[in-house]
Amino acid sequence: MPLEIDYEKIGLKVGLEIHQQLDTSAKLFCNCKPELFKEEPEITFLRRLRPTQSELGQIDPAAYFEFQKGVKILYEANTATSCLVEMDEEPPHPLNMEAVEIVLAAALMMKAKPVDEIHVMRKTVIDGSNTTGFQRTCVIALNGEVKTGKKIVPIQYVSLEEDAARKMGEEEGDIIRYRIDRLGIPLIEVATAPVINSPKEAGEVALAIGRILRATGKVKRGLGTIRQDLNISIPNGAIIEIKGVQELELLRFVVEYEVQRQLNLLKISDELGKSEVKEEDIKEEFFDVTEIFKQTKCKVVHKALDRNQRVFAVKLPKFKGFLKRELVPNFRLGTEMAYRARFWGRVGGIFHTDELPAYGITAEEVEELRKAVKADEHDAIVFVADNPENAKDALKAVVERAREAIKGVPEETRAPNPDGTTHYMRPRPGAARMYPETDIPPVQITEDYIKQIGSRLPELPEQKLQRLMKEYRLNQKLAKQILDSEHGELFETIVKESRVSPTTVAVFLTETLKALKRDGIQIEKVSENQIREIFKSINAGELTKETIPDMVVWLSKHENKSVQEAVNSLGLKIISEDELRVFVEKVVVDNRELIQERGEDSFGILMGIIMRDLRGKVNAALASKVLKEKLKEFME
Amino acid sequence: MSEKKEFLGYKGEVLETIKKAEAEIGDIIRVTKNEEVYEGILIPRSEYGDEKHVVIKLRSGYNIGIRITPNTKIEKIGKGAKPAFAPTSSPEQNPKLPKVAIISTGGTIASRVDYRTGAVRPALTASDLYSVVPELANIARIDAQILLSLFSENIIPKHWTEIAKAVAKQIAEGVDGVLIAHGTDTMGYTAAALSFALQNLPVPVILVGSQRSADRPSSDAATNLIGAVTAAAKAPFAEVALAMHETPSDTSITLHKGTKVRKCHTSRRDTFKSVNAQLIAKVENHKVTMLIEDYRKRDPSRKLVLKPEFDEKVALIKSYPGMNPAVIDWCVENAYRGIVLEGTGLGHVGRYCFEAIRSAVKHDIVVAMTSQCIWGRVNMNVYDQGRDLLALGVIPLEDMLSETAVVKLMWIFGQTRDMEEAKKLLKTNIVGEFSPRTLPEKSGE
Repeated sequence: MPLEIDYEKIGLKVGLEIHQQLDTSAKLFCNCKPELFKEEPEITFLRRLRPTQSELGQIDPAAYFEFQKGVKILYEANTATSCLVEMDEEPPHPLNMEAVEIVLAAALMMKAKPVDEIHVMRKTVIDGSNTTGFQRTCVIALNGEVKTGKKIVPIQYVSLEEDAARKMGEEEGDIIRYRIDRLGIPLIEVATAPVINSPKEAGEVALAIGRILRATGKVKRGLGTIRQDLNISIPNGAIIEIKGVQELELLRFVVEYEVQRQLNLLKISDELGKSEVKEEDIKEEFFDVTEIFKQTKCKVVHKALDRNQRVFAVKLPKFKGFLKRELVPNFRLGTEMAYRARFWGRVGGIFHTDELPAYGITAEEVEELRKAVKADEHDAIVFVADNPENAKDALKAVVERAREAIKGVPEETRAPNPDGTTHYMRPRPGAARMYPETDIPPVQITEDYIKQIGSRLPELPEQKLQRLMKEYRLNQKLAKQILDSEHGELFETIVKESRVSPTTVAVFLTETLKALKRDGIQIEKVSENQIREIFKSINAGELTKETIPDMVVWLSKHENKSVQEAVNSLGLKIISEDELRVFVEKVVVDNRELIQERGEDSFGILMGIIMRDLRGKVNAALASKVLKEKLKEFME
Repeated sequence: MSEKKEFLGYKGEVLETIKKAEAEIGDIIRVTKNEEVYEGILIPRSEYGDEKHVVIKLRSGYNIGIRITPNTKIEKIGKGAKPAFAPTSSPEQNPKLPKVAIISTGGTIASRVDYRTGAVRPALTASDLYSVVPELANIARIDAQILLSLFSENIIPKHWTEIAKAVAKQIAEGVDGVLIAHGTDTMGYTAAALSFALQNLPVPVILVGSQRSADRPSSDAATNLIGAVTAAAKAPFAEVALAMHETPSDTSITLHKGTKVRKCHTSRRDTFKSVNAQLIAKVENHKVTMLIEDYRKRDPSRKLVLKPEFDEKVALIKSYPGMNPAVIDWCVENAYRGIVLEGTGLGHVGRYCFEAIRSAVKHDIVVAMTSQCIWGRVNMNVYDQGRDLLALGVIPLEDMLSETAVVKLMWIFGQTRDMEEAKKLLKTNIVGEFSPRTLPEKSGE
């Protein structure tokens, strides 16, 4: 668990960028379906993206580096989800106005002012995720706000952009595979001012924005449809950009861990400062130490040597002990260096003396290593086994990271780990990477058009909350849960088409589903239609509401099976009243001694027996009624 | 690509408002309207934009348009810095490498976007080239010149003459190959024109273009340039060829014969196809692989024969159902010297045009026939209609592309005004414009 920290006092500043896919009928710049495919690709093509000079006459160093390494991108596509536009073989079509309208509606709900004329821009992105080498994006509205509790958070801009291709993996020979089905799906982006002061608040603001987006009824839901970027800074630290947090629940941890990481890095910098080690003391001097490991028991190194690779080492003066210092749980300064080495050197990992002897590397080998690089007991040594070019690139990155550790916190773009900690992704891109998309004419937004959209805005989350409480008599807690649930719309649909009490439906869609998910049930495999079917069956008296969890569990384990098949397989079919009467009569006769002895007091025990055998197959109220009748008959 | 100088693009009231604020393009301005305040760099307006909006670049890098109303105020709050494109210094030239001359005529491959304004300007000097494609320095010593800055649809026969002369000059100076950067729309026509104008070549002359502008990371310009320079520097053949992507992938560049190549797709990278002919060669991983055996070998001692004159009095007329034969009559009235009829199928034109054709032939106009089918060979002996056209004096042009045919006729009349000589030249296979055999494979895709 993160430390207890007074975030306000340390001057934490967080800004959020929320991206969510829009539920349109076509992509943003062509008429392809905004869908993904699972099958093998029908089309593949190989490209290289070449860094171009930005308007400042500079080339993004990370991009140029990747290019020099000869990275190629293998794109995968099928004809159902991509056309020549995604392949960058045809100019984009005009902006999809259905998407513009959704964003305008969301913008108006956040009191943002629409621009008079939309200009589509190209934002340079050269990692291969866009076939063009840039992402098309445009500002739709400026200067809005969202409320969380008493605080009003300014929204700097609301924009519309195309989603990127999906990374599918990396292959031998520096080939990265991307699938272009996702490329071009419209995304709304909402950016707040960096005014968020605590981890908790970050979550709240994201929730408030998410509620508004959901309220448009025109955003996609489910994993991968929402991505949150954060920029986080503390005084003396650095602005760190964290990209692609998918779960809302993770946001607060991401912020907490980032603050903790920066504080720990500052502490390390402070201590290194006291040891009087200077940046220039750390030299790009790499020693070929392959000989030391000729007989090594370390499997990783051994394997590398078998492939004729070499072992290179670098000395980090006065760094002993710092590489094993934990910044956040399970993440040390050494781990930071390892990620850097992987990125710049494309190596599998690094070894450092703070963690040795271990991994089959002996104390003797470490001692030899010390001699070879002329390290004393205050120094740390990092080494890599790979081909010389990669190994040296990796060690260069390690040296740079070590120098940065002396200075403090380096500016970086980082990616989240599943627990909310983050790792190095790439250096922060320079500012102003945007230039106009000349292939798309500007779109004028008239006042009449804005009025039209304004006149049919969906209800605001606050209004919906009130309505849920009034119309369906949900208590506030449940109403809020429905508001934030993915299934808000489904709730109203089910309540409209069945007589099951709204509270029961709401409890199921929120608490029950959450509990099942916690138990490891893959509830996302059960479709909304199946859930509707279940409630329809309850409405028709064919199922009891007690069976819902069992039904959902079964359906989640049997994809593509019907509700009817679930009922049959689980033996949950409700028995007829006649069958019930026969069964109850038998229970009464079987227990006549008990009844004679206890009279009406035997009801509870008998009811227990009946429900034990007929649970899920009978409505409890009806069973109770029949039992009462039969008891009365018997005692008479 | 804009051929004009960068200009404001603002008109009418908006221009007045901007002038009143004494703001220029690139200045930082503040626009105040209905209590909303926008600050950013004043950006030029597209010449097709309306007269109501001013465009600014926000600090975030986004451009937006603001409608100017009577109560909109514009103030200049800062002087903008003029952006400068900083070409990297040219790398050292390796004297051991072959020398390649690059002649730029314009088009997408020779243009660069101004990041600040979005305006596209020509840029294909040697230093531009090295900064965009540094690998070129490892393939050849490059000498670049900007001859023209034209969209290729604006290139006309007199430009072919200019280009041919410029190529001849470079060859005379002893380069190992010549590259011509060209817009793709009419690059096929220019390739054909140069094939006729530059005969008996000692070294290769390669035309190259791109379908995506060079300022885009995904541009095909770099790969095409690398392929084309490699071919110009090292290829064993000495012909006019056109170099472009083979497929949508950046892996291989194909070299097409100048007289047998056609743009076949509006936007794809592999838009150029060899029609009724085999590819000359392929460049992959900096290596040229020949795909035909019969070609003129590179030989620097060979003497170039320059015949750069063209005569524009030639028409290309596509036949279609209901075509008005008056189109042909118009050519006769205007003293045209040649007409290429792009007929249907094996080389047919409706009987309702026969009278006009007869009249054209009578007026000493060379009338020739190609097919709008694109692939295949005309044969006017199969049907009566064809035989009748032959009887009228129409000359069948075998498997020649219509585009090549019109270029060839223009070139012929640049060489001679003698009708019989002209007809003889038209039927002679001068630079591989006819293929003797139609092969079963490679008919498109």
